[in-house]
Amino acid sequence: MPQGSEPDVPLSRPYADELRKTTCYMCACRCGVRVHMKDGAIRYIDGDPDHPVNRGVLCAKGSAGLMQHLSPARLTKPLKRVGPRGSGEFEEIEWEEALALAAEWLGEVRARDPKRLAFFTGRDQSQSLTGWWAAKFGTQNFAAHGGFCSVNMAAAGLYSIASSFWEFGEPDWERARYLLLFGVAEDHDSNPIKLGLGKMKTRGAKVVSVNPVRTGYSAIADEWIGVRPGTDGLFAGALIHELLQAERVDFDWLAAMTDAPFLVIRNPGGPDDGLYARDADGRELVWDGARGEAASAADPDAKPVLAGERRLADGRTVVPAFQLIAERFLDPSYSADAAAEKTGVPAATVKRIARELADVAFEQAIELPIAWTDWAGRTRQTMRGRPVAMHAMRGISAHSNGFHTCRILHVLQMMLGAIDGPGSSRHKPPFPRPCPPGPKPAQPAEGPDLPLAGMPLGFPTGPEDLLVAPDGTPQRIDKAYSWEHPIAAHGLMHMVLHNAWAGDPYEIDVLFMYMANMGWNSAMNVPATLKYLTDVDEDGAYKIPKIIYSDAYYSETVPYADLVLPDTTYLERWDCISLLDRPISSADGPADSIRRPVVAPDRDVRPFQDVLIELGARLNLPGFVNEAGEPLYPGLYKDYIANHERAPGIGPLAGWRGEGGNQGGRGAANPEQLERYVENGGFWHERLPDAALFHKHANRAYLDYAHDKGWIPSNDRIVLRLYVEAMQKFRLAAQGHGALQPPEAHRRRVETYFDPVPFWYAPFESAAFADEYPIAAITQRPMHMYHSWGSQNAWLRQITARNQLYVHPDTAADAGVRNGGWVWIVSPIARVKAQVRCMHGVEPGTVWTWNAIGKRKGAWGLAEGAPETTKGFLLNHVINDLLPVRDGGLKYANADPVTGQAAWYDLRVRLEPCAPHEAGETEPMFERFAAPPPTGGRPDVLRAVGPLTAPGGGAPAASANWIGQRAAYVEGGLGLAAAGGGRRVDEPLEDPEGER
Amino acid sequence: MTALPAAAPEKKLGLVIDLDICVGCHACAVNCKEWNAGGHSAPLPDHDPYGLDPTGVWFNRIHSFEVVEETGAGRTVHFPKSCLHCEDAPCVTVCPTGASYKRTADGIVLVNPDTCIGCKLCSWACPYGAREYDEDAGVMKKCTLCVDRIYNSDLPPDMRVPACVSTCPAGARSFGDLGDPDSDVSKLAAARDGYDLMPEQGCRPTNKYLPPRARRTQPDQGGDEAPLTPVAPDGAGVVARWVDRILSL
Repeated sequence: MPQGSEPDVPLSRPYADELRKTTCYMCACRCGVRVHMKDGAIRYIDGDPDHPVNRGVLCAKGSAGLMQHLSPARLTKPLKRVGPRGSGEFEEIEWEEALALAAEWLGEVRARDPKRLAFFTGRDQSQSLTGWWAAKFGTQNFAAHGGFCSVNMAAAGLYSIASSFWEFGEPDWERARYLLLFGVAEDHDSNPIKLGLGKMKTRGAKVVSVNPVRTGYSAIADEWIGVRPGTDGLFAGALIHELLQAERVDFDWLAAMTDAPFLVIRNPGGPDDGLYARDADGRELVWDGARGEAASAADPDAKPVLAGERRLADGRTVVPAFQLIAERFLDPSYSADAAAEKTGVPAATVKRIARELADVAFEQAIELPIAWTDWAGRTRQTMRGRPVAMHAMRGISAHSNGFHTCRILHVLQMMLGAIDGPGSSRHKPPFPRPCPPGPKPAQPAEGPDLPLAGMPLGFPTGPEDLLVAPDGTPQRIDKAYSWEHPIAAHGLMHMVLHNAWAGDPYEIDVLFMYMANMGWNSAMNVPATLKYLTDVDEDGAYKIPKIIYSDAYYSETVPYADLVLPDTTYLERWDCISLLDRPISSADGPADSIRRPVVAPDRDVRPFQDVLIELGARLNLPGFVNEAGEPLYPGLYKDYIANHERAPGIGPLAGWRGEGGNQGGRGAANPEQLERYVENGGFWHERLPDAALFHKHANRAYLDYAHDKGWIPSNDRIVLRLYVEAMQKFRLAAQGHGALQPPEAHRRRVETYFDPVPFWYAPFESAAFADEYPIAAITQRPMHMYHSWGSQNAWLRQITARNQLYVHPDTAADAGVRNGGWVWIVSPIARVKAQVRCMHGVEPGTVWTWNAIGKRKGAWGLAEGAPETTKGFLLNHVINDLLPVRDGGLKYANADPVTGQAAWYDLRVRLEPCAPHEAGETEPMFERFAAPPPTGGRPDVLRAVGPLTAPGGGAPAASANWIGQRAAYVEGGLGLAAAGGGRRVDEPLEDPEGER
Repeated sequence: MTALPAAAPEKKLGLVIDLDICVGCHACAVNCKEWNAGGHSAPLPDHDPYGLDPTGVWFNRIHSFEVVEETGAGRTVHFPKSCLHCEDAPCVTVCPTGASYKRTADGIVLVNPDTCIGCKLCSWACPYGAREYDEDAGVMKKCTLCVDRIYNSDLPPDMRVPACVSTCPAGARSFGDLGDPDSDVSKLAAARDGYDLMPEQGCRPTNKYLPPRARRTQPDQGGDEAPLTPVAPDGAGVVARWVDRILSL
């Protein structure tokens, strides 16, 4: 018998030559990563323990970054189309030719009519640059992917609570005792939610997940509520109903922090009906119950009431906004019983959750011993909080009732006094910002070769801010900011291809896109979309004449471009994660970060932002060239990041500004700024003073701080809004008031959906198709995949290379399908074939699948027959891009009527079993397009990372120990040592040389 | 046949995995793959990586499944599984060449590639299916508990733990000496009723799993369990009652 002659295992040896810190781009989280370099190649990527976003953890996507970097789908050279669109037939060209061609096309448009350029970027993390470029070019037709992602969350939040769920706010993971998750489908934001959930559950806080599907976060929730898709707003409305009936509402907080006491004019039929009553100086009024008369809402000594109709001295009849909210949700249609019928959530559950919320908010209130001073100069000795936090995401936003549903969630938070107090949902700087938000979308340029006067995207607060011609015709290609979608704050990228093809409202000359898979999983109704991209007019010319596309990978969209500008991977570029854009701050303070080239590209590719800046210079765009016509940023994006100033002292990065490099936030450009970032691990983070940590919207210390940083235009208090007066302005227009009114066809719709008090209505498709298509169909994104990007990744696709349709066993039985059988998913417009997988953890009236797993043959460097292409499927094929045609042939986008957010999850279907001969492969199966040879080859066997070969190394260290949730356990009194291995956020790691 | 260490190892290093907070994100599996692809047992080859049946060597895999009770109540469980570094490791005793062995210093079960003949007896003997065969090299591979990290003085201190542990976003994984009843991992396992996977197999696994806590879908015990009581059941709602209540801005 062989005996214990153990081989000598080397325990300590060099593993890397250098450690380079940068920012991940495997999803939208923007975690800090350490890239460990060995012999000039990437050896290993892990989370940066010092980084404020991820604290050293890294998800599956981030850990597979190396395989993305080595993807066979990487583009290698600029491409010019030689075959028909969609064929994938290209010739390689040099960059000079590509840039000259792009500049020629773009220059022609700008000289003729700049709006005939539609510039849309997808999962772009540089929107403060791309939007600014569009503005200087002079086209209003710019947006990124927010319109089909989460604009309902952003808009509802910014018009209600001055921040939002994702990505301008976060739950107080450290202190919350109750967490309600709504429609959080395993994404946004990835690592912070996982860090927080682990912490909360270990502390013993209760986590409730409201979601039709029990996977991921719902699987570990203390309670899963399998709500029917699109009914969350009614569920939350019923919670408000219960709280109001029992008067378990934070009246004091509402009076002090929100517009609850603000007086609203009651004058049915009048032009001022539903507007705030204001004094001669334009200030909102409250009814001072002590003095028995109206007082300015800016008077800190006013003693407001929250209910009762009153008459002002000038004769106007007014009522506090709170009363309008209370009347809405006290209506029997929001009772627990009424809600149960539509949501599928038993009335007893609604009542119990309301009880639990009230108990935690009011019986377990938190008092932190931190003195703070409010907006009016009144100092309080403690910070009090209601430890109920909430988070919501795609399951709320991707419905045609998402804006109002999200508003209802915010009203629920406000009823509990649970915004930015200890333990509640918190604002992330630079938010809160004035509510409703400030900048308006810029009006179209005044002529050829002229820039816009402002930025293309903004926040309308009345009809005068819309982008419409005098007759009401939309002025944007996607019809954002028109009467069809007045508060389309992120645009409607999902409508660009349709509208450009239809010439509705006008034709365009050039479509310029970046990083958006619009030819596949980012499109609704893929077959129709491919037609929009390839259709020709009677002369044989493409209806969308020229398409320029930039991406790093050979996606399903690349073959439809006329000119392809190959981008780098995220490890080969400079980048900035800017406070001007989509901040990565925490609630404790502002943060921003950079990407730096960890390795140089081995292909003839260029960072898109470099290309954009060079094109800006070639086109002589203001801001990109000086008076002599010379480039202002000869060092391209890196140069811009360090030296651009959007306003005096405010640039893309907030850290290490000023001549000495010691100013955070505002200061002169510092030529050594990027060096400082690199030294600091790629990020800048500043912790707020203790006195500014909570109640930010009404906190003197915070408001002064934020104003000093340039984030808010004044240091006035920011009032949170139960009632959105701005919406009433649109509604009044629809009711026939004012100079700007919607065309007759849109009147009714605007009047209905611009209710300043949020309300629940059934998603449009449920309302239209419930009988014939009785099942809701939705998607979720797996935690280890991000949109289309995962399938080119040799490691991630081993986890998921195909998707199935998940169906409740009862539902499957009703449809006559068995587990493993194949089924047609039939929608009102088309059908798609899928294999069924039964699961119990799904609301029985709902079927679902993983998003963006299905791939088209030829794309992503995959081999012929890859399961993504034969068995993987998209629900996109059966989701209509338009709502059913209305009277008069009116076609609205399949979107939220307020914001234009794509209503992906409104889809209604029925299931039909496949015939035996139909089983085995998905349909529709689109034609394979030509593809370049896989970059780096398509090896039979991949051995990605070389073994450790370096000799030597120090003496072995003693082994460390690690407790995943050490701080929470120490807090819980489990007898664990307070010091020792654990997350760096909890405590410093033990000294390896010290006592153990 | 190979003998286990004659005396109990000095330490019993292992993992404690909290099924109450594991969200099934695969971070541990992928980060393990990434580290070990260049680590002690490198490479971890991937066959047909971009083709019809991509399959590779992984030391850690996540199994997600549903448990459904007769009442219809159910739960979704995410179950990460890697070598459990058993005290009575059948993969060691079954090994005909001595290639499979348990370290005397810390109890980590490893395979010596120089003497492994790829006979796969160990993978048949392991009741947990935790062994991974590298068909290129013709040798068996498996979780090393990152033996090339945990003692490595060339690594930053925060990396001297298994890759799966340091990367876990939920903090569901802990690492330490389960042979020392006073160690933090032992206290954690004791406090949370950490259990052995399939104890009936008699392998005495070192790794412990912490069971999911009971769900909280019923009113809390002991308290007032009634729903909220309407303040004015006669219909005088909050609006009427709050007409003259005076508050502050």
